[in-house]
Amino acid sequence: MFDIYLLEAAINGILLGGVLALLALGLNLIFGVIDVVWICYAELIMMGMYGMYYMVSVYHFPFLIAAVLAIALVAAMGVLLHLIVIAPLLNAAPINQLLATGGVLAFLQALATVMFGIDFRNLGIRLPVIEIHDMYISYARLLAFGTALAGMVAVWLFLSRTYTGTAIRAIAQDRQIMPLMGVDTRRIYIVTSAIGGGLAGLASCLLVLQYDVHPFIGLTFGPITFMICVLGGLGNMVGGFVAAFVFAEIISIAGLYMDLEWGYVFAFVFFIVMMFFRPRGLLARRS
Amino acid sequence: MNRALPWIVGAALIVLPFVYHAPYPMHLMVVVLIWSFAYTSWSVMGRFGLVSLGHGGFFGVGAYGTALLWNTFHLSPFVGIPIAMAAAVMLALVVAYPCSRFRITGHYFALVTLALSAIVQQVATAGRDVTGGSLGYTPERVLGGESILAFQFSDKLTWYFIALGVWAIGLFIRWRVDHSMIAYALEAIAEDEDAAGAAGVNVTAEKLKVTALSAAMTGFAGGLYCQYQMFISPDTVSGISVSLQMVFACVVGGIYVLPGPTVGAIITILLAEGLRIFFGTGALGWDNLVYGTLLVVFIIFLPQGLVGAAWNKLTGARQTA
Repeated sequence: MFDIYLLEAAINGILLGGVLALLALGLNLIFGVIDVVWICYAELIMMGMYGMYYMVSVYHFPFLIAAVLAIALVAAMGVLLHLIVIAPLLNAAPINQLLATGGVLAFLQALATVMFGIDFRNLGIRLPVIEIHDMYISYARLLAFGTALAGMVAVWLFLSRTYTGTAIRAIAQDRQIMPLMGVDTRRIYIVTSAIGGGLAGLASCLLVLQYDVHPFIGLTFGPITFMICVLGGLGNMVGGFVAAFVFAEIISIAGLYMDLEWGYVFAFVFFIVMMFFRPRGLLARRS
Repeated sequence: MNRALPWIVGAALIVLPFVYHAPYPMHLMVVVLIWSFAYTSWSVMGRFGLVSLGHGGFFGVGAYGTALLWNTFHLSPFVGIPIAMAAAVMLALVVAYPCSRFRITGHYFALVTLALSAIVQQVATAGRDVTGGSLGYTPERVLGGESILAFQFSDKLTWYFIALGVWAIGLFIRWRVDHSMIAYALEAIAEDEDAAGAAGVNVTAEKLKVTALSAAMTGFAGGLYCQYQMFISPDTVSGISVSLQMVFACVVGGIYVLPGPTVGAIITILLAEGLRIFFGTGALGWDNLVYGTLLVVFIIFLPQGLVGAAWNKLTGARQTA
């Protein structure tokens, strides 16, 4: 039997998947190149969302200008995060790097609580909902999906067509050799952090249209993003892309039959079960 | 002197409430002791490089398991806590087995276990018909508020001695693990898994043993916390923030030294309380602001923790056990 609600949920899942793929791409890029996991990645997005809120709702910037500024802001935060926290720890045990960014997570959450309070805030922009054959698809989600895809294509073009992009991919493949080939690792790390931050900034512009922002919003996206990256194989950008859509479909379709939280529970359980079968990621060859 | 010190501290802690037992400091002591036990439980495996972010999940299973069994089936916590502990161990093994079998270590291990605490938090929130959701959950009180069978005591002094005993046992367990054959095996594994395996160490078995022990202790801590506070909510007993809180306290105190997690608990809890009193209700967030900053600073400048650094200074050597 054909179920229109199921189709609607599946389409919404694909739209959600686009944004999740964008999040996973930023995290994967940073992991692949710098070999660090930013546990606080979703908190950067939260700061970007607050930036959008203040610029658009409080200071009445035009949306697009605010978006560009927000992307720049979060990119700058990414660079700062790298210079202040990651750079001194580059040679420390990986787990110390992970914990340090965990400290940044607590810091940013608390900073948002102190600076902005714990109220839920939104832009107050209500984008129209499109109706196709009794299915309701929100314009905000379509926009997010389209922009996320465009952002990913832009990053892909940058990585494959420019000299810096080539250097970034080369470092991801062999961290030891590239400095000997005359690539300035420090500069590449900073550029990568800026791109990773910029992607988080882009995500924050898209998410602020769909979600209220509050200091703990990062916990909604953070865990799911890490799981997507691990499921796709940390550092494997294509794997992360595929995993994002798998996760989004599980959340969306399970959310149709039960509460949304159960959708997350199923996605997490699926993740752990998959670790039995594909411990190195969905697309990894079994060794 | 070094041998006598633990006994002196122990005696002082036993005598203390007879000299001074104002309710608020007593309450703080109990909370510090319970969390010290939980942090010590984390460090039992954390000190071997098995950095788990899933302990918030084990703690949550312990707390919710105990409360649910009591309210639903009227099972005394004396039965309920062991069942909840067993559930925490099961959960730990379900994740730890594939992790260890497929060589998921370091980053990957931390992130996979992170999923675990996220699951427990989401289940506790989503199962709101049973668990009360994010509003929290309260074990039913017995009439008069005091019953040994129900493991409910209105008297802070009783709780102090229970928590003190549990904490001492926790330290003893960790001490035993540190001085057992398992510790040698796990240290070898932490250095080089392949080499340890080739030398005849059963990598998976050793890892699972210490993980099960650590999860059981953390589950117990969760049950104890539930019985003492008589109120639990998904955010305070499970999830990533609780996991990070455990790791953080251990890092501040020092993972590799026995009193490290306890010192971490004292510092973090007193800091939070101090900031709360200092800023009043406006303190919202300030404690975590200081936490987060300290965690970053500690990992960059003092990765061996306060006690660890002091110990190194005293002995003039790099000491790991």
